[in-house]
Amino acid sequence: MAGLAASFGSGAMSNSMDDIAGQAQAFFVIGSNTTEQHPVFGTMLRRAVRFRGAKLIVADPRRIDLVDFATLHLQQKPGTDIVLLNGLMHIILQNGWEDERFIAERCEGFEEFKETVMRYTPQMVSETTSVPVEKLHQAAEIMGTHKPMAVMWAMGITQHISGVPNVLNLANLQMLLGNMGIPGGGVNPLRGQNNVQGACDLGGLPNVYPGYQKVTVAEHNRKFEAAWGAPLSDKIGATVTEIIPDILEGKTHALYILGEDPLMSDPDTAHIRKCMEAVDFLVLQELFPSETSHYADVMLPGASFAEKTGTFTNTERRIQMVHKAVDPPGEALPDWKIITRLAKRMLHGRTLSPDAPYAGWEYSSTADVMIETAALTPLYAGVTHERLERGERLQWPVKALDHPGTPILHVGQFSRGKGIFHPIDHIPPAEEPDEDYPFVMSTGRVIYHWHGGQMTRRAQGLLEVYSEALIEINPDDAARMGITTNGSAQRVRVSSRRGSIEAQAWVTDRVPPGMVYANFHFPDASANELTQAALDPVAKIPEYKVTAVHVEPA
Amino acid sequence: MTVNITINGQKIQAQPEQTILEAAREHGINIPTLCYHKDLSPTGNCRICMVDVKGARFLQAACATQVWEGMEIETHGEKSIVSRKMTLEMMLANHPVDCLTCEANGDCELQDLAYEYRVEVPEWGTKGTHYPVDSDPNPFIFVDFNKCILCRRCVQACAEIQVRDVWGVAQRGFDETIVAGADTTMLEARCESCGQCVAYCPTGALTSKISRGLGRAPQVTKVTTTCTYCGVGCQLDLNVKDGKVIGVTSNPDAPVNGMALCVKGRYGWDFIHHPDRLTKPLVRQYLLSDQPKPKGKLGEWVEVDWDTALDITARKLSHARDTFGPDSVGILTSAKCLNEENYLMNKFARQVVGTNNIDHCARL
Repeated sequence: MAGLAASFGSGAMSNSMDDIAGQAQAFFVIGSNTTEQHPVFGTMLRRAVRFRGAKLIVADPRRIDLVDFATLHLQQKPGTDIVLLNGLMHIILQNGWEDERFIAERCEGFEEFKETVMRYTPQMVSETTSVPVEKLHQAAEIMGTHKPMAVMWAMGITQHISGVPNVLNLANLQMLLGNMGIPGGGVNPLRGQNNVQGACDLGGLPNVYPGYQKVTVAEHNRKFEAAWGAPLSDKIGATVTEIIPDILEGKTHALYILGEDPLMSDPDTAHIRKCMEAVDFLVLQELFPSETSHYADVMLPGASFAEKTGTFTNTERRIQMVHKAVDPPGEALPDWKIITRLAKRMLHGRTLSPDAPYAGWEYSSTADVMIETAALTPLYAGVTHERLERGERLQWPVKALDHPGTPILHVGQFSRGKGIFHPIDHIPPAEEPDEDYPFVMSTGRVIYHWHGGQMTRRAQGLLEVYSEALIEINPDDAARMGITTNGSAQRVRVSSRRGSIEAQAWVTDRVPPGMVYANFHFPDASANELTQAALDPVAKIPEYKVTAVHVEPA
Repeated sequence: MTVNITINGQKIQAQPEQTILEAAREHGINIPTLCYHKDLSPTGNCRICMVDVKGARFLQAACATQVWEGMEIETHGEKSIVSRKMTLEMMLANHPVDCLTCEANGDCELQDLAYEYRVEVPEWGTKGTHYPVDSDPNPFIFVDFNKCILCRRCVQACAEIQVRDVWGVAQRGFDETIVAGADTTMLEARCESCGQCVAYCPTGALTSKISRGLGRAPQVTKVTTTCTYCGVGCQLDLNVKDGKVIGVTSNPDAPVNGMALCVKGRYGWDFIHHPDRLTKPLVRQYLLSDQPKPKGKLGEWVEVDWDTALDITARKLSHARDTFGPDSVGILTSAKCLNEENYLMNKFARQVVGTNNIDHCARL
């Protein structure tokens, strides 16, 4: 998000899934296991390839399922995305496939960018990425001669210490090709969680109020102080990857966690455990007891999506209704009611400015909350439950009650005016394989489970079909170590500088030699025991996709 | 350019590439179908939609016949009715008559047509082919090919919607049957268990295994909502009976996904009523007896009422804020929760606590 904001002034998926699937002449999918992580969009891409003949380039160190449908698979070494992209753009420029008019009219910073890219010769790029020169040329030709092309990515791009530069370079690519602001094109980060877009949009970030209004801008601060009737901090807050480690620094003393399990989802579990042991007070608002609840002082029973009414915002900025179908179990409550009650208690005895229109916490429903949200959030200004219930289809920005929403961003002009080319140079991963830890481990999810697994490990069929953590390992490596898919030698121990896990091996050419892939769905063999908290310096996202590990039969 | 046709005496302007069925449905004229579905390419193999076209030697399949200028069509002429009845009779002759216990009862297109056309199971039935019930070990999908009418919607849904090609057709004549892969199990044939085939199956041949016995279509209330798993934002219908979610079905009007869902969206709902759910606020014993927090093991959980739990929480968070400053409190909001809840968490952190230390798992 930080990357796209720097290039275009707005950090979100620029296009919609149906215009991409319906109108792109080519797709470039890099660092997204689309058919497993966004399965229904994955099938839309498969349909476009099969029935419309759209070209598909997949760049991924693993041979993911989508590769079966790809025109071309670029199997770059983990952590070499910048080099790969520079190489492709080098060839595009060499052949004059860039969109000169778009660059001249809508962008700036091109010359400096071009200088950098021209240093990345195909030969050198091939050596660093291990993608053959011929494939680089083929990919560049597809990109250069099929317009519009849509670029899609996910955590495979962002979960690196070079996450932001990776994204900047994808923005560079789409500006170079003139693929911005048109159906079937765009820069399209696929958001993971059902409402991660909404959580970002509505102030669930340390640097912005709802609608990405910066806490450091005095005008925004004043606006929210006037609305909420209280003095507000203009200092950028800490991220999740800082708040928890800050416990040991004596900075964080109390934690209020809603629906999240850091023991499963955060890097370097052993360190997270130490932090959680040291916190003064931890309140967890959850559906289930989790790994984190061992360290909690209070647990508040919240409600699942089936038990409350409100909205989610999907990856393409589409705001949609969620409807209550059943009551929460026992005394559990919808989370908004819990937050509201807690807020009222903490505000008891405190005087807020009497003229502030939104100082209070009296809401009769989430529809009320949305009215307040819309009043303070220009991106959501025209969003009401009433409109959504009428069947209106709204993608933000929705600027007013009569505004129809915005399916495609950056049409005619970028949010910030001109798009900026950023020259990007290679940044090697924080931890590269060495003699002691010769393998690269990447982590992620599988189709049958979800994140820390709190829900899916409690769904009978999903657990039956994928019942334990599997470590993907290449057949050549497995044969060398005497690991087989059956018999006694089928378990592996994977260790990093931070921890060790033991799990079943899945011997498969989904991973190339020298690489293993692990997930974090099962507490007894969670990949995050091994990962490190090496962060992208701007986005503070951990480098989950490159960990040096040692692998041996267990 | 339009084409002038007449259906049941009504003059209609159709588009030249339209089929008789499409033109008729656009003008509210009902022609019954079984194998046809608007999302799938027509195959014309069930012969239910046969209509009389003036001048044609035989009845024509409305789903697979394009209109032409001056075409005159009778949708419910005597010949069509007789034909449909005979087709239905042959289907029923080879179909178990267990509507009493069938999962699809009330949501079965074959049952609806038999009712509409007053067709009973013929006396000369049911001598057809027999297949094992529950013939596939897939944990989500219950397969009973005795109820299959060979419409091939499953084959097409898998090929055209999911693009996975798990289902195919084997054998000919009476032995004709639907098979997974080269006649293996669905999972062996690389099934992703999305259940698209179940969603499009017009009978009880393919049904949800995990909803089996929990309730049938006429007993459930459908609540349209948005999926809780990934960011695609599929909409789906939660099927509710007696205050419990007992299944998920597709909602054809879903803006993003139409009828399509993935394995988690369609079959990952049963966590909702899992016995592990937290049902009461819990606090550690030490908090009730005003003891300091123990080192190491935190001690037993005690069930308390909401007031007690929230008083303790408010006291502790306020204490941290007032003693160590607002930035000593960290707030993690949730990408699984509602927009409105995220707004409130943001307001809570900034207004109530006074910190910008709020984040969620977007980075993880």
